[in-house]
Amino acid sequence: MRFVIRKILGLIPLLLFTWTLVFAVMQVIPGDPVNLMLAGVPASEEVRANERKRLGLDRPIVERYFHFLGRAIQGDLGEGFRSRQPVSTMILEQARPTLELAAGGLVVGLTVGLILGVIAGIRPNTWVDTVCMVLALVGVSLPSFWIGMLLIWIFGTMLMWVPITGRGFSALILPSITVGLFIAGGFARLVRASVIEAMGQDYVRTAKAKGLPPVKVVLKHALRNAMIPPVTLLGIQIAVLIGGAVVTENVFARPGLGTMLVEAVLAKDMPLVQALIVYKTAAYVIINTMIDIVYGAIDPRIRVEQAA
Amino acid sequence: MTALVDAAVRPRRRRSATGRFMRRMFLHPGALTGTIIFAALVIGAIVAPVLAPYDWNETDVGMRLSAPSWEHLFGTDLHGRDIFSRVMAGGRYSITVGVATVVLSLVVGSLIGIALGYLGGRIDAWGTRMLDVLLGFPAIVVAIMVVSVMGVGLVNAIIAVAIAGMPRFARVVRGAVLQVREQLFVEAARALGASDIRIMLKHLLPNVVPTLVVLGTLDLGSAILSTATLSFLGLGAQPPTPEWGSMLNSGREYMRYAPWMMIFPGLALFLSVIAVNLIGDRLSQVLDPRSKETR
Repeated sequence: MRFVIRKILGLIPLLLFTWTLVFAVMQVIPGDPVNLMLAGVPASEEVRANERKRLGLDRPIVERYFHFLGRAIQGDLGEGFRSRQPVSTMILEQARPTLELAAGGLVVGLTVGLILGVIAGIRPNTWVDTVCMVLALVGVSLPSFWIGMLLIWIFGTMLMWVPITGRGFSALILPSITVGLFIAGGFARLVRASVIEAMGQDYVRTAKAKGLPPVKVVLKHALRNAMIPPVTLLGIQIAVLIGGAVVTENVFARPGLGTMLVEAVLAKDMPLVQALIVYKTAAYVIINTMIDIVYGAIDPRIRVEQAA
Repeated sequence: MTALVDAAVRPRRRRSATGRFMRRMFLHPGALTGTIIFAALVIGAIVAPVLAPYDWNETDVGMRLSAPSWEHLFGTDLHGRDIFSRVMAGGRYSITVGVATVVLSLVVGSLIGIALGYLGGRIDAWGTRMLDVLLGFPAIVVAIMVVSVMGVGLVNAIIAVAIAGMPRFARVVRGAVLQVREQLFVEAARALGASDIRIMLKHLLPNVVPTLVVLGTLDLGSAILSTATLSFLGLGAQPPTPEWGSMLNSGREYMRYAPWMMIFPGLALFLSVIAVNLIGDRLSQVLDPRSKETR
């Protein structure tokens, strides 16, 4: 528990630093938010000035910085410049499609990655291993926008098996495969390396010597001990996915936090960008803390070390 | 005496070491395949102006959106431009941009890494923390933010992806420097009165070069991908530049009627990335002493 609290306290300077960085970057981005909001619609100087005042843009930069920080501490991240909705509501709305895609991508990525990695790892340096690793390499090398378009073309346009756009389960299949293939590639390579290492350990030899069936040896003894590096990678992947898969969302014209961030950056919608970054940083740290806790569940030796 | 022995023994040993490296490196099916594919793409890009069947910007409205045929191997695009010629020429942009990106992030990243690792203390602690924050963002998001500051374009895309990739190099180099920093030759150099800059560049940098070579090669694939991604999102190379990502972007609208517009540029992109990854994988196996037994 103390471990978790320390992690959460460690989050504060990190968030502060990230906010400051984002605030600074947003100041440098050329273009006036009010002009971007008006998008070429003619407006009098008075309207512009009022709008600037409403958004708090007329105040000096230092004041704006601390004003934002003060409100953020109270949990109020402000309103979007363009939508005039609280940014927290906007993020919550977009979180659903993003989480759906993240979950779908993880299911595909984990299943495929684990199967390829384990098969390759228990038969290293055979043709089975080579085939699995070539597939894994293909996974990490495929441009996700290209494979996404190919999937749309083959399964959406030619075979018409699944809808190309929209929401719902069937529309989630192709985006999930697109995201999943990339995850599977990296995951399979790490699982393979870890399984090879674990298979050479004494406890695996003992398990074999006890006469356990090979499946049990691999799943219960080797795999469990081989999971630490892949789980670490997994944590990073989940954190990235929760932030939104920018490219996959773009190809499949899906709503989501990735698209939202790109649009917010391009429109200089400062409160929204800041809120999204806060959300991403928090998600990143929380996921990583959870992964640290998962380590203990996978490998009791780590739990002992933490307690000691 | 030692000089004599050196002269007699060293040249032969050194040559055989290089030979052994080359043999271990390239007599491997994966690395060989990767090298052949990559060489083919690079040569195609170099000879494109002379040997490509058509000029890559030559339009032929009568032939617009025509399917692959003997006349146009990969078909034509909306303006009747030959896609085969454009894909050939595309390597000039996509591959060069990838290499430029890696070189840029490698140079900047390793300078930062060496400085952090060598100077240590508070500078190192804060610098490393900042790098961690940068690493926490997906590279593509950092790149998009950089592009939104500097504006859209191919050169800016290079800088953006380089900035996004820099923290990884800095981290690895910092780690490597921490390992060599305490060794005797560094102490000797310091005792001889060498300046900090000199120690960093002359004594520490050469020791991290093998690590950098492996890392740079492994990173090249993702650098080519990231810059192509920016172009695909419309933030990098602009039409009519025959850059692969930008060609894919123009192809997406005509996916239903002219899928070849997106199939072939994407295939070239995929092949170049997988080729580089094959080479990088083997290079890290050969240069990493621990992996000698496993393969």
